[in-house]
Amino acid sequence: MKTEKTLTPLERGGASSQAEGSRRIVLGVQEPDDLDLPTDPLPLNMGPSHPAMHGTVRMVLDVEGEKITSVDLQIGYLHRCFEKEAEHATYTQIFPYTDRLNYVSPMLNNVGYALAVEKLLDIDKKVPERAQFIRVIVGEMSRITDHMTCLGAGAMELGAFTVFLYMLKAREWLYELLEEVSGARLTHSYLRIGGVSADLPEGFSAKLLDIIARSRGVIEECGKLLNKNRIFRDRMDGIGIITREEAIAWGITGPVGRSTGFDYDVRRDHPYLVYDRFNFDVAVGSVGDNFDRYMCRIEEMHQSMRILEQALEQIPDGPVIINDPRIRLPAKSETYNSIEAMIAHFKVIMDGIHVPPGEIYSFTEGGNGELGFYIVSDGSGRPWKCRVRPPCFANVSILPKILPGLFIADIVPTFGMINMIGGECDR
Amino acid sequence: MAQVILDRLVATFTAGEIEEIGSQHGNEWARVRRDAWTSVCAFLRDDSTTDMKMASDLTCVDRMGREPRFDVVLHLYSVTMKHRVRLYAGVPEDDCAVDSVVGIWPGMDWFEREAYDLYGVRFRGHPDLRRILMYPEFVGHPLRKDYPKEKRQPLVRRSGIPGSPE
Repeated sequence: MKTEKTLTPLERGGASSQAEGSRRIVLGVQEPDDLDLPTDPLPLNMGPSHPAMHGTVRMVLDVEGEKITSVDLQIGYLHRCFEKEAEHATYTQIFPYTDRLNYVSPMLNNVGYALAVEKLLDIDKKVPERAQFIRVIVGEMSRITDHMTCLGAGAMELGAFTVFLYMLKAREWLYELLEEVSGARLTHSYLRIGGVSADLPEGFSAKLLDIIARSRGVIEECGKLLNKNRIFRDRMDGIGIITREEAIAWGITGPVGRSTGFDYDVRRDHPYLVYDRFNFDVAVGSVGDNFDRYMCRIEEMHQSMRILEQALEQIPDGPVIINDPRIRLPAKSETYNSIEAMIAHFKVIMDGIHVPPGEIYSFTEGGNGELGFYIVSDGSGRPWKCRVRPPCFANVSILPKILPGLFIADIVPTFGMINMIGGECDR
Repeated sequence: MAQVILDRLVATFTAGEIEEIGSQHGNEWARVRRDAWTSVCAFLRDDSTTDMKMASDLTCVDRMGREPRFDVVLHLYSVTMKHRVRLYAGVPEDDCAVDSVVGIWPGMDWFEREAYDLYGVRFRGHPDLRRILMYPEFVGHPLRKDYPKEKRQPLVRRSGIPGSPE
């Protein structure tokens, strides 16, 4: 028995009884009039609690059928007052906060912040060489985990769940090694002003080389699953195009910027640490669509592995933190056995490291682009202002411009490949 | 490294638009008179020797106790010359506004919204100046130095949440 035959004319949406400006489509009723898609603009709310919105962003869309006509992107759901907290913390205490900015590549944030403070202290050239190499190594490992998370999650949102599992498997190998180095799986807080908190563990080099070899296999495997995959390509090719001029005017850097042909990599253009000693290429796209962003990230992982191999070969022996009693903590054995070291320890912990008055904008290549730290010091142990220039804040801000004209389903791959990290965007 | 920018600014703007220049830790900076803010910015973008096509960052500093109280801070970058400069514009508390640079670098849209949200500096001519990180009902500007760190303004008020009425 067909139930639709019993519907009243009002529920069927018949022309005579239809209320002004509203239409209802009743499934199962086959009159062609009832199946026309409504062309009136319809507001549609997406997020913040939506699986594809990564839990932290809300989009208020105007749609005509499936087509997006305007986007209001609302961020801030993950705002945790980084700057306000940093103004009340000593320079060392800020490291854990930086871990939680881009939480899939915490080491890169640690590096960016440490370099900024060291430039204010004028010790950036005096940091021991071994510490600089260690920073490069853990930073590049973090970059790989960052890209693996982005690509794995992005592929999963398009239905390729296998890729997600493979990528996260490889990411976990790196996380386990970083846990061995720092003691924490995700929020490492491994760096210190003037160096790193501890030397690399025994057998680190052999383990990392083994992980690199296995990760290369995983990336190749995922490439085979995705690169010629019809479903994947249909949703990536030509979607969400950003031009080079737009990227520059919007301040879009990192893999997203490079995918547009904007050839800018801080590691090559303004080398910091010991990046000028390594051979690596900068992946640059030509179209600026989602697929270019995907390919740039894949290539960057390979380049990071090249850097890692060279760094492991060249890394010298020596101390891992600067020997300056104003900055580093005394060794634990001294702290517990001599009153002078105990007092020094107490002063550094309670008063903080005294940074001379001044201002610095220091920038490094983060997982998503130019990660800047603008620090204003008034000479005390706590910063007057500690500003982060979050790369994905700029990257995400172009979405309201590129999304209109696309379909609702295009939001998912575009948003995934822009790689918004809530912790960094909202701080 | 970027001294050429400062020289160019000083040579071009001779009517006191550039109040002060300096260099520290390899960062060159210039303090711009507030009413010349957009003309200096447009010049830096369009002049072939400076060519600052990209604005990296815009933020604000609350220098409480100094007049003018706020500084709007802009970091510019040139893709071709690979040099940078930092610009300041002093903004007093009683007339807390400066011209918007969104027309020059469209990417500064959200950055200006954030500075407005957290410091209360209004950007004249901004197309859509509303809060971005805080919610619309929020009262005050949390990164001002006189906003207490412990102050709570929960959007949902319920007993048991700090800051809610009992």
